[in-house]
Amino acid sequence: MAAITLIEAVNAAMAYELEHDQDVVLFGEDVGKNGGVFRATDGLQKKYGTERVIDTPLAESMIAGLAVGMAAQGMKPIAEMQFMGFIFPAVDQIFCHAARLRHRTRGRLTQPMVIRAPYGGGIHAPEHHSESTEALFSHIPGLKVVIPSNPSRAYGLMLAAIRDPDPVIFLEPKRVYRIVKHEVEDNGEEYPLEACFVDREGSDITLISWGAMMHETLQAAEKLAAEGIEAEVIDVATVSPIDMDTILESVEKTGRACIIQEAPKSGSIGSEIAAEIAEKGILNLLAPIGRVSGYDTVMPYYRLEKQYMPTVDRILDEVRTIMEYK
Amino acid sequence: MTTTTVASFEIKYHQYLDASGKPTKDIPEFAKDMNTMRELYRDMYKLRVFDAKAYALQRTGKMGTYPASLGQEAIGIGYGDAMVKEDVLIPYYRSTGGLLKHGVTMEEILLYWGGDEAGSDYSVAKEDFPICVPIANQIIHASGVAKAIQMRKQKRAVVTEIGEGGTSEGDFYEGVNVAGIWNLGVVFFINNNQWAISVPTDIQTACETYAQKAIAAGVEGIQVDGNDIVAVREVANYAMEKARNGGGPTVIEAITYRLCDHTTADDASRYDDPKVKEEAWKNEPLVRLRKYLEKNKSWSDKDEEKMKEEVAKEVDAAVKAYEAAPKPTPEMMFDNLYAELPELTKPQREAAIKRGAK
Repeated sequence: MAAITLIEAVNAAMAYELEHDQDVVLFGEDVGKNGGVFRATDGLQKKYGTERVIDTPLAESMIAGLAVGMAAQGMKPIAEMQFMGFIFPAVDQIFCHAARLRHRTRGRLTQPMVIRAPYGGGIHAPEHHSESTEALFSHIPGLKVVIPSNPSRAYGLMLAAIRDPDPVIFLEPKRVYRIVKHEVEDNGEEYPLEACFVDREGSDITLISWGAMMHETLQAAEKLAAEGIEAEVIDVATVSPIDMDTILESVEKTGRACIIQEAPKSGSIGSEIAAEIAEKGILNLLAPIGRVSGYDTVMPYYRLEKQYMPTVDRILDEVRTIMEYK
Repeated sequence: MTTTTVASFEIKYHQYLDASGKPTKDIPEFAKDMNTMRELYRDMYKLRVFDAKAYALQRTGKMGTYPASLGQEAIGIGYGDAMVKEDVLIPYYRSTGGLLKHGVTMEEILLYWGGDEAGSDYSVAKEDFPICVPIANQIIHASGVAKAIQMRKQKRAVVTEIGEGGTSEGDFYEGVNVAGIWNLGVVFFINNNQWAISVPTDIQTACETYAQKAIAAGVEGIQVDGNDIVAVREVANYAMEKARNGGGPTVIEAITYRLCDHTTADDASRYDDPKVKEEAWKNEPLVRLRKYLEKNKSWSDKDEEKMKEEVAKEVDAAVKAYEAAPKPTPEMMFDNLYAELPELTKPQREAAIKRGAK
């Protein structure tokens, strides 16, 4: 089995489901002949035909609305938004219909769909190409929001997302599309949604992150180990609904927590995790909960994006402060 | 400079009966069958009585906001009659006539407007969408449903309805555009009742017709007298047959007049000219069809009395069933949110049940 990148894993998972489930259909702008602007759908139209891998006209609300109609007929659409920054016209359809159709009809009509979007900064992209707005979708009941951090998770979680009977917003960390390779067995085995992954065990502090920022977080944990601080590292993966049991268990063990995210700080996934820890685990804490995040600003143009994004150093600074509480 | 015309278009207007019920051209076959026409008259009358009942329920605090179809009954009843069971309806909030004709029960419609999701759990029209409240979103759903139908090589038409105001939304164009590109079997009905709440058509568009909005998407657009049920039924049937047989989409603008308020929460006297409304009453669809039936010696005062009695009983029975329907319980908020409720939300469900019992 060859080692593959995160984007190749996304492609492999979609190919697997296209092969094994005739109801799966993939569409969006540029997904066909061009194979997606990042090549996530490379070769799929050639293999599965223009009826199942479809280039659409350029209209995000339409792409999401088509998914609503097709999913209501029991098909399993995978719709691509080219960049998360362009998802806003589709929000109307996602919030008003995809998220609610099962609820509104008491389960008569359902929405087994996936909406994919590359998210996040760090690739020197133009304006509106680098947003990290996962919290918006997490606030809407009826949706699941999944963010893989590495190739094997991208493969397993994408399979689970396509097979899930409810709408899943699948956000791909484009900054790490190609920076890591994993040996991934293309065997159709899915990973569970709504489950955190413990990527490193430790006893002194729990570091909680997801998506692209997992890479800085794991690097920080290595450096902390060299200083004698053993960090437990959790990849949240499904940021809505969150597997709080795994997080709370870890915090009970370590007594300290630090959440690392690329998104702005206020009203975020990090805010929610911190609140849940405070509500259910405050008596296990030895220190205040820390948060390392993007700033509460507009995502800057790329000359400042390095200053915006949390770095290994910022994580280390925050953890050292938390560790000062005895 | 030389100029040439590279494209030109026309919009055809269809009418079979004028306001006095007199044929204006050769009547289609179905309209020569007086039993069919008596049935359509009864359906339109029932919708009018149902609306009045719904208004009364709202006014007495027994139901929420409701949009009536007064003056526009020929549209929903007309296209609804042209639908077969296998077709799919993607309604908007003024599609009561279409829903009733496609098998949604009066009790379900009352439950919906009475604030209970059970009203959208249709017992008969299993694949029809619930009423779409955000404007024009449903136009794209219709194209999505039609795409699934096309991929599965089924012969089924998808019918959707929108107000003329809704055609100002981007989703209207996006849905019609993709239906044109992919040759989808959708019939887009525009209910042009002249008003988007208080905004009249001259504030809504500079177009001469709403039907011509189809032209920009490369789709056939036609106009019909929306108060003439023979014409509505005929063009609907044409467009649905075309949809079922791979002929692609059609946009139909049905011209009518909203003789009622926008909803129970509106007061049209603030903006509607009483003289215009008085004129519009002369054009309404029920009287027109009754005159046609009478001219064909197929309706009498006795028939009218008998129908009124029967319909009153039928509507009253639906209201009784609505009032006797079991009240939703707190866990119903959670039980259809996902196929399986997230662990994180389970304690909220338990808490709601506990509180609900108090």
